[in-house]
Amino acid sequence: MKTLILIIVSAVFVNNFVLSRFLGICPFLGVSKRIKTAAGMSAAVIFVMTMASAATWLFYEYILVPFNLVYLQTVTFILVIAALVQVVETVLLKKSPTLYRALGIYLPLITTNCAVLGVAVLNIQKEYNLVETTVFGFGAAVGFGFAMMIFSGIRERMELCDTPVPLRGTAIGLVTAGLLSLAFMGFTGLVKQ
Amino acid sequence: MLTAVIALSALALFSSFLLAVVARAFAVPVNPKIEEVEGALPGANCGGCGLPGCSELARRIAEGKADVDACPVGGESVALKLAAIMGKAFEGGAVRKIALVLCNGNDQVAEKRFHYNGVRDCTSAAMLFGGDKACLYGCLGLGTCVGICPFQAMRMLPNGLPAVDPAKCTACGKCVAACPKKIIKLVPIDKRVHILCSSHDKGAKVRKICEVGCIACTKCVKEAPEGAITMHDNLAVVSYDFDIPDAVAACCPMNTIHVRALDGAIERLEEAASVSGGAL
Repeated sequence: MKTLILIIVSAVFVNNFVLSRFLGICPFLGVSKRIKTAAGMSAAVIFVMTMASAATWLFYEYILVPFNLVYLQTVTFILVIAALVQVVETVLLKKSPTLYRALGIYLPLITTNCAVLGVAVLNIQKEYNLVETTVFGFGAAVGFGFAMMIFSGIRERMELCDTPVPLRGTAIGLVTAGLLSLAFMGFTGLVKQ
Repeated sequence: MLTAVIALSALALFSSFLLAVVARAFAVPVNPKIEEVEGALPGANCGGCGLPGCSELARRIAEGKADVDACPVGGESVALKLAAIMGKAFEGGAVRKIALVLCNGNDQVAEKRFHYNGVRDCTSAAMLFGGDKACLYGCLGLGTCVGICPFQAMRMLPNGLPAVDPAKCTACGKCVAACPKKIIKLVPIDKRVHILCSSHDKGAKVRKICEVGCIACTKCVKEAPEGAITMHDNLAVVSYDFDIPDAVAACCPMNTIHVRALDGAIERLEEAASVSGGAL
């Protein structure tokens, strides 16, 4: 239990995917203009990353390892995640239209997202078991959502500020992301690796 | 090498097979009319209908939950097309509407209370004691409406008031909602007599702070046909259901009532604003 909690804390704060590992920067900058879209994106990421972690772990343990295909890890993970998300999307549309409408437009966006692939690869590197893998995927996604919400909150307020013309838009967004990342460096050492 | 190719191909084949099966098993029948309706809509995704986008409105119309004329941008021509698709009767004949700013208190004629030095945005300015204009109902002139217009139909005139380009305005209502002073209205484009003031202040106060504000003298109410102009809390308001003769405008002691054809080119307004430097 203690390990699992440590995994979550470490994934959310210490090794935050966006702000310390710099994974998933694309949606971090792309859909963080409003808190509402950021929340939708975060929910979709949590959903996909948790699922993809478990799926890729099973795929690795029961297909890649027995067939000596470990060197194909990265390529096959992309395929597995993309197919999985597509399947889930189709099933959601039929079985739970409400959830589909909430996550729908974000799901295809993150099928080949580097954060999702990153979590799958990291799980294998760290030699986690299935439960730890799922928890790490979930924690990493929560960390992503956490960073997303903070960042979109700041950006919403920044809309009203008198930003110097050359810095408007993405430029000031990147500056803010950098400062936020610096702030997250303060968590270093919270969990002993 | 060969194993890698075979393994990847097998995996790809398997996933596509899986996807095909799932797509078949979980297929959701879609109303074919939705697509047809969406094709007929303008596709501006402006949100003027109050829904998130054209596809959402198309869904509602196809399901019969929205009227065929629900799109304010498309107007009559789109409504007629949609009526044909949906097999509904639609007579048309509705007059196109256009946004009109009901304030003429530009920088020359309207007093300011203080020098506003904050964010160049009406919503922000309005949060600071209601803005810099002495008149609490006046246009703040920072162009929030101009910025929000998805059709670039609004422009700031040199005299500090926004103007609407009738060629581009689609009456989507974005500016109406965005204006913190709520002084933009959608009015029928064929009406000529307008009262360009939204002040509910008493006449004596209006006289002190604005040269062109309504002082609630009620002269126009008596001049105009019965019910065409009515008093609402110290403000004369035009009812656009009536046709008001142009002559009524002359009775206004403050020049608040304007005779203006709304379908005129925006350049004319711009010119007038720069030449007179004051009231139009």
